[in-house]
Amino acid sequence: MINFNEVMETNAMIEQENLDVRTITLGISLLDCIDSNLEELNRKIYEKITKTAEKLVSTGVEIEKDFGIPVVNKRISITPAALVGSAACKTKEDFVEIAKTLDRAAKTVGVNFIGGFSALVSKGMTKADRLLIESIPEALAVTERVCSSINVGSTKTGINMDAVKLLGEIVKDTAEHTKEKDSLGCAKLVIFCNAPDDNPFMAGAFHGVTEADAIINVGVSGPGVVKKALEKARGKDFETLCETIKKTAFKITRVGQLVAKEASKRMNIPFGIVDLSLAPTPAVGDSVAEILQEIGLEYPGAPGTTAALALLNDQVKKGGVMASSYVGGLSGAFIPVSEDQGMIDAVQAGCLTLEKLEAMTCVCSVGLDMIAIPGATSAATISGIIADEMAIGMINQKTTAVRLIPVIGKKVGDIVEFGGLLGYAPVMPVNEFSCEAFVNRGGRIPVPIHSFKN
Amino acid sequence: MIYTKGKAGKVMNKTIITVVGKDQVGIIAKVCTYLAESKVNILDISQTIVSGYFNMMMVVDTNESPKEFAAVSAELEKLGEEIGVIIKAQREEIFNMMHRI
Repeated sequence: MINFNEVMETNAMIEQENLDVRTITLGISLLDCIDSNLEELNRKIYEKITKTAEKLVSTGVEIEKDFGIPVVNKRISITPAALVGSAACKTKEDFVEIAKTLDRAAKTVGVNFIGGFSALVSKGMTKADRLLIESIPEALAVTERVCSSINVGSTKTGINMDAVKLLGEIVKDTAEHTKEKDSLGCAKLVIFCNAPDDNPFMAGAFHGVTEADAIINVGVSGPGVVKKALEKARGKDFETLCETIKKTAFKITRVGQLVAKEASKRMNIPFGIVDLSLAPTPAVGDSVAEILQEIGLEYPGAPGTTAALALLNDQVKKGGVMASSYVGGLSGAFIPVSEDQGMIDAVQAGCLTLEKLEAMTCVCSVGLDMIAIPGATSAATISGIIADEMAIGMINQKTTAVRLIPVIGKKVGDIVEFGGLLGYAPVMPVNEFSCEAFVNRGGRIPVPIHSFKN
Repeated sequence: MIYTKGKAGKVMNKTIITVVGKDQVGIIAKVCTYLAESKVNILDISQTIVSGYFNMMMVVDTNESPKEFAAVSAELEKLGEEIGVIIKAQREEIFNMMHRI
């Protein structure tokens, strides 16, 4: 039987160390909604989402009560909208209509985000893909809960540099469209290389075409729990450090597995994966940066940061993999800037730069995430940053992503408030030397040699 | 969900109740009275005092209770507020999942 100390340990994790289930994300295929008539398409999309996700929020609340663990977000991901809308959408305004429908459906079922206003263009763009991408600035400005992601590269296809160039302009344009809200639209737009089909985390979640009709994916979190456990390993060697992270990651992921199985059973929707990520929030004690500090760095960004993050990411995976029957999504440590108080502090202390963050993305699960840059940054520079990040993903066979926010009207050192889980961020300097001639070449970067494994 | 068979071969829904707060007279009595009234069977109790703070864990079976789990949980929380301690009721599975392979 379970003993007193074990119960107290679990409850201390929940109450004092911010252990929570970050998201139950319901993936819904919209392929069966495809119609050449836009109105009919919108009707079918709204109906399918509201019907499938009818019990999502109430199930999340029930689970929260039964197990005494917070389920912070309930969310939906859908089939990339560029595919769903390709037959019906003749203009970018048509895609904006789909975004509005998604927003309406999200509000009806009570989820805070719906992801999948997406296009997969890692090798080339269809007409619909291009229209969807062009509709993003407007779509993210007129909707509240819709999230967009574009996959512009992969280890198997190379990098679509035409899309990278276009997205530099789109990111700027999205910032411009939401400039009165500190360019918040850009916080809902992620550009990927090797995007996973089953990622439950926003803003990059979409329901891949390889997935079933509906699926439950769960994202766990708990950087605070890892930090607390590591306090007991202060001054100890790397073996002790790594074992502590592994054991803690196992415990955290088990909770995710339980919640995923329960949600699946209660909603009668198959269980997909548990994403065993360390996802920080702006709350004190819920920070990946604090783990890095506990490992022995004054601030993230100091020499040693990449090594510390690499071992953290690897141990989280090693501990988590055995705890769940199916692991997927992004799985690793997230290093967003605005959503992590420790990262914000590191930037403000002058320790953490964009270039160091880029190095860190080589060894962790995502990329340049939630980074505010000056509004005056050129579209070509943004494309250049995207290209760099995509190259890291392509060559290292991993997911990388870019979520930059060029905040219109703001300059280096200013503070930008996004609110809620998105947090706040100091505007970071960007290398201003030109990459325009590089970005303007057009075409694509060929697939890397190590993809020829056949 | 993990079920264990009870005495009469019935499926048992085990719940863990934890009570934490400043020690005072009658905490156990009040919690147990509520549980008896709600037809919740107590299977195990362990309790300690750590520097004046009362810590108790109970393993209970809610199967015979006419009340929904959510109602028992909410009422216990309210009772805790009246006594001045924190009472939580959670299904056992979360602890089993975390601490047992």
